[in-house]
Amino acid sequence: MDFNDTPTEAEYRAKVRAWLADAAAKYKDMPDAEGRNAEFVRRSKDWQKTKHDAGYTGITWPKAMGGQGLTPMHSIIFSQEESKTAAPTGLYAIGLGMCIPTVFTHGNPEVIQRFVPKALEGGEIWCQLFSEPAAGSDLAGIRTRAVRDGDDWVINGQKVWTTNAHLCDYGIIVTRTDPSKPKHKGLTMFIVDMHAPGVEARPLKQMSGGADFNEVFFTDVRVPDSWRLGEVGDGWKVALTTLMHERLAVGGKPRHSPDYNTLIDVARQIDTEMGPAIEATHVRQKIADVYLADEGIKLTQMRALSALSKGQIPGAEQSISKVVVAKNMQDMAAFALDLSEAAGFMTDGGGSDLERLRASYMWSAGLRIAGGTDEILRNIIAERVLGLPGDLRPDKDTPFNEAKPL
Amino acid sequence: MNFDFSDDAKALRDQARRFLDERAGAAVARKAMDGDAPYDAELWTSVVELGWTAARVPEAHGGIGLSAEEACVLAEEVGRSLIPVPFVSTLMATEALLLAGSEAQQARWLPGIADGSVIATVGWAEGDAASPATTRGVRAEGGRLSGTKVPVPDLQGARLAIVSAAGRDGPSLHLVDLEGPGITIEAAPTLDLVRRHGRLTLDGAAAEPLGDAAAFHAWLDRAAVLSAWEAIGTGTVAMEMAVAYAKERVAFGQKIGRYQGVKHKCADMYVKLELARAHAMHGAWAMATDAPELGQAAAAARVAALDALKFAAEENVQLHGGIGFTWESDCQFYYRRNRQIAFALGSRAWWADRLVRTLERRNARAA
Repeated sequence: MDFNDTPTEAEYRAKVRAWLADAAAKYKDMPDAEGRNAEFVRRSKDWQKTKHDAGYTGITWPKAMGGQGLTPMHSIIFSQEESKTAAPTGLYAIGLGMCIPTVFTHGNPEVIQRFVPKALEGGEIWCQLFSEPAAGSDLAGIRTRAVRDGDDWVINGQKVWTTNAHLCDYGIIVTRTDPSKPKHKGLTMFIVDMHAPGVEARPLKQMSGGADFNEVFFTDVRVPDSWRLGEVGDGWKVALTTLMHERLAVGGKPRHSPDYNTLIDVARQIDTEMGPAIEATHVRQKIADVYLADEGIKLTQMRALSALSKGQIPGAEQSISKVVVAKNMQDMAAFALDLSEAAGFMTDGGGSDLERLRASYMWSAGLRIAGGTDEILRNIIAERVLGLPGDLRPDKDTPFNEAKPL
Repeated sequence: MNFDFSDDAKALRDQARRFLDERAGAAVARKAMDGDAPYDAELWTSVVELGWTAARVPEAHGGIGLSAEEACVLAEEVGRSLIPVPFVSTLMATEALLLAGSEAQQARWLPGIADGSVIATVGWAEGDAASPATTRGVRAEGGRLSGTKVPVPDLQGARLAIVSAAGRDGPSLHLVDLEGPGITIEAAPTLDLVRRHGRLTLDGAAAEPLGDAAAFHAWLDRAAVLSAWEAIGTGTVAMEMAVAYAKERVAFGQKIGRYQGVKHKCADMYVKLELARAHAMHGAWAMATDAPELGQAAAAARVAALDALKFAAEENVQLHGGIGFTWESDCQFYYRRNRQIAFALGSRAWWADRLVRTLERRNARAA
């Protein structure tokens, strides 16, 4: 056992590090542009192009798609090193991580030629249009309709929780093309132009106060049939390709989240009538619990990396990540805010740790839902890992437009 | 990155699993529970022949000299099997000798451990002592020990006991040849009806110090890693039992495994066990490489493994419903062993606090 790079990995890391030291240096002194503003988009586009020209985009993609044809380890090493710089990341995560792989797996040659290179060099930004107000965990229950009209399809409906829709140029959208078929069978996936007439992206304000997502409304939006991904009626199968990539993307703790060390620091600064909070048994037990979750997930990820490094597929243990991370974030933040009494409750002070903890408490409620709820993830572990039978699904074989809830 | 067991360790694990699947398991544990023998002598002979007691003993002392990784996989497999032999006790004693034994002490005891003629155990508990760090009842005076250690696992049948005794800097370990004078061994009934425990009364018994107080704590870390692997093995089988039953048992016209109230509990067993496994692998790595992270990794491994085992053992009974609560059901073996492993090196609360102390020391050094 060791935690070291293999010689090949070390060589690649050194190369990446040397390149980043120079190429990403200029971002260090720029003022923060973390918000989803025009400056963030400009910087992100510029950085994507720089990486593209240097051969650091599409690292795991086939060469025929403009990628580098390298292993997941190469991609991970690049991301690890990139995250140590101030270069802007995130804007392309969904497009290049999920949408474009779906496009090049299921699109026709012209579509691939038209969209993939442009996306890879950062010229066009993509979003994923899946969830709807009435279809979240049960994604196959979507209602957005696409109706054939000559060489086009006409889309009507509403999507929700679309990340960065207002900044995007294109999206992949799953629609219902045949409501008379059972719900998984009547779906079809398309590419949609986010600037087309009839597309309206509105910011969706979260309970935490920010607006990181959108609602997107489609009114008579026309899409050429050549932009269809996969066969008519095969949308569920195509969506699974995308979701497979999503599971690799969602799960880790957000960067700069508070962790067990934050709790140690907070507890050290609080005096109770029984003495410093850090000396209280229940506080120490909680610190241990938080450590077990935080570090346990990091170590679990290292197990997966080890498998990737050997050219193997990571084991099922990866599936525990998000279910542990999100709830632990929430519990830890609530505990630390409790310890801090009024200062934890008031939002106008208390120092940076408390500010991060309040933000973490608010955000974790969403993280427990995004990309698979805690409950759906437990179903997945129980069914796919442990082999337990699936829930009964009374609407599974009924035509979608005839299904009635039990 | 290669955060995984070596191919050698995996091969040993596979071999051990095949042997134990065939020769051990709940039915064998039940036979041991119903009998009077301190351990299953025939199985012990087989375990010795397989080289398990020799695994960690250096070649110079008649052993095979395998690494800590191999000790961890054996502890896990033994934990899965509930095999009624004093293997874990002997392994923990072996680690103490490897860590703190002088050349002469190693030469005196390790060859016998390797060839199976010496069964060894470690005793720290004194009935009401709060933790391994606070034992005061057994004292050393002029190379002799007096006091009582209870309960000591696998005491009956053991030739060597390594016991902690109070000292100036806190408890430290001592070697006691159980065939010497001044020693009384009696049965000490516990919740675990398969792994037998004893009461060791020392009345001026001859003893040799085995390392200092720091060595005792260093041994606790190594023992904690091994006990974590044992707990993970036992907990995993409890989970497998629960999952198998959930796939079979029908209620309200469905296999109960379809109900989220049931399947989510199974998923939680898996989550806790995988978290524990990650920490225990960190512990195995730290133990095998003598890394400075050992204290932190060992405490985390033990706490995470105790949590996982407790949850799996308890919910396994629950998922079985009434049948799980019967004497005939095998659920009780995992439920009871859960208490044994929880007691064996000091409580979950004590180890959680030890983990936080380790983190505080590390943070203070870094600051």
